[in-house]
Amino acid sequence: MSAILQEMSEKALKLNIPLSVQVDLTYRCNERCVHCYLDHDDHGEMTTAEIKHLLDEMADAGVFILTFSGGEIFLRKDFFELLEHARRLMFCVKLKTNAVMIREREAARLRDLHVESIQISIYSHRPEVHDAITLVPGSLKRSIDAIHFLKSQGLKVIIANVLMTQNMQDYPGVRALAAELDVECTLDPTVTPMMDGDRSTVGLGVGNGVLQQVFRDTALVGDADAYCAIPAPPGESELESTPCSAGHTACYVSPYGEVFPCVQFPLPTGNVRQQRFVDIWRHSEQMNEVRSIRLKDLTTCPSCTHAATCSRCPGLAYLEGNMRGPSSQDCEKSFARTGVPSANMLARKLAGANSSLAQAKLVQIRALPPSAGTSTAGAIA
Amino acid sequence: MSRLYLARNPRVAARSLDGEMMIMSGRDSTLFTLNRTATILWQAADGATPLDEIVEHRICNEFEVEPAEALHDAETLARELANHEILQISEEPIPPFTPAAGGSL
Ligand code: SF4
Ligand code: SF4
Repeated sequence: MSAILQEMSEKALKLNIPLSVQVDLTYRCNERCVHCYLDHDDHGEMTTAEIKHLLDEMADAGVFILTFSGGEIFLRKDFFELLEHARRLMFCVKLKTNAVMIREREAARLRDLHVESIQISIYSHRPEVHDAITLVPGSLKRSIDAIHFLKSQGLKVIIANVLMTQNMQDYPGVRALAAELDVECTLDPTVTPMMDGDRSTVGLGVGNGVLQQVFRDTALVGDADAYCAIPAPPGESELESTPCSAGHTACYVSPYGEVFPCVQFPLPTGNVRQQRFVDIWRHSEQMNEVRSIRLKDLTTCPSCTHAATCSRCPGLAYLEGNMRGPSSQDCEKSFARTGVPSANMLARKLAGANSSLAQAKLVQIRALPPSAGTSTAGAIA
Repeated sequence: MSRLYLARNPRVAARSLDGEMMIMSGRDSTLFTLNRTATILWQAADGATPLDEIVEHRICNEFEVEPAEALHDAETLARELANHEILQISEEPIPPFTPAAGGSL
């Protein structure tokens, strides 16, 4: 993060301004990724007029970074109309897409509208692996073609890769592909449950061994010894700290107008079809509860050796049943990174809990949708 | 002397954060914050009002400076903002930004 963005984020935090919002325009999709948590039927998406009105309200509320995501955003027939409206309001617009519908004409239009970046999900450099995850034959080629079109327009492209059992050997290949295409690449080693907590696709996540390999890959983490070092226990200031931007300077709006602290934190806080966006942001009881939580208020975590460096996601903790609790997935990551069991793991062991975590060798949760990358806890650049 | 017109560069992203303008360059996504004078120029940059009028009505009043000196400083600042592709400057009025100018699909 640039120094100015850091400074602006701190200012936004003090002033209670939602600097960054992700709006999912649709949950419909033209791919059927095996790890996707979404119900792809349309249950009453916001209309063009409703979304434009929301964007007006968001601009008034001070939102600067606007991420359009889905589902597949290009399935909305009014996508460019919405994007034009957003740019007229001078948002910094980021897009998340599988890009299979982006051809020369769409790429030129995106350049004309000056989008900041386009994040594209690529799971492997090999069609037989990528297409087996998206369940759409030819999808890797379509996405790579789109990257060429976007690059030729001078646009910034980021490849987002999610690590699963099916593609776990391919992340170096995806990085090489990104280098060849001259685009950035992120790798998300975390898989997350569905928004309703359904964990039915357990087993797609990679095991501890692969996580260890990833966390020690200097191409990904830089100084692996420093990255994997056993952290010092949290100090006073860390205990007073807030976990992440969710509900503090960022939030998420679903295609149905529901507002959540984050795409990965499905705590309902209000609906823009019934209330003004800014009123939900400022006055929602749930949003204010999220905001009030400090590290020292959590159960288990304050006594954990990982607390100061853990990527604990309050959304994942919420999906486990307690937003003040630990997130098992992050415990697994902390353990894979350092070899030191978390306070949560030790407590469960002591209690003799016959929990799924105690039995799990894998991170038994589902992956983020292809479009959920930047708000992902612990994504590795 | 020719007059100078200013317009907001349509490539940027911009938002006021408690009165402080935050601008992201469309060229390389560099983020800037504008000082008070630059913010005044940004807010007044409608492509139609010449710089000397902006200086006279908006800057001289607020800062109690000599008009000639203020105009010189404002022009330097405007050119600097144009170098960063935050503003567009021209000796002719600049037509307003129409996002559909790239041709609609
Ligand atoms: S993904 Fe989790 S850690 Fe990241 S911003 Fe959302 S709630 Fe916070
Ligand atoms: S490792 Fe687990 S118990 Fe420790 S701080 Fe992270 S989430 Fe909490």
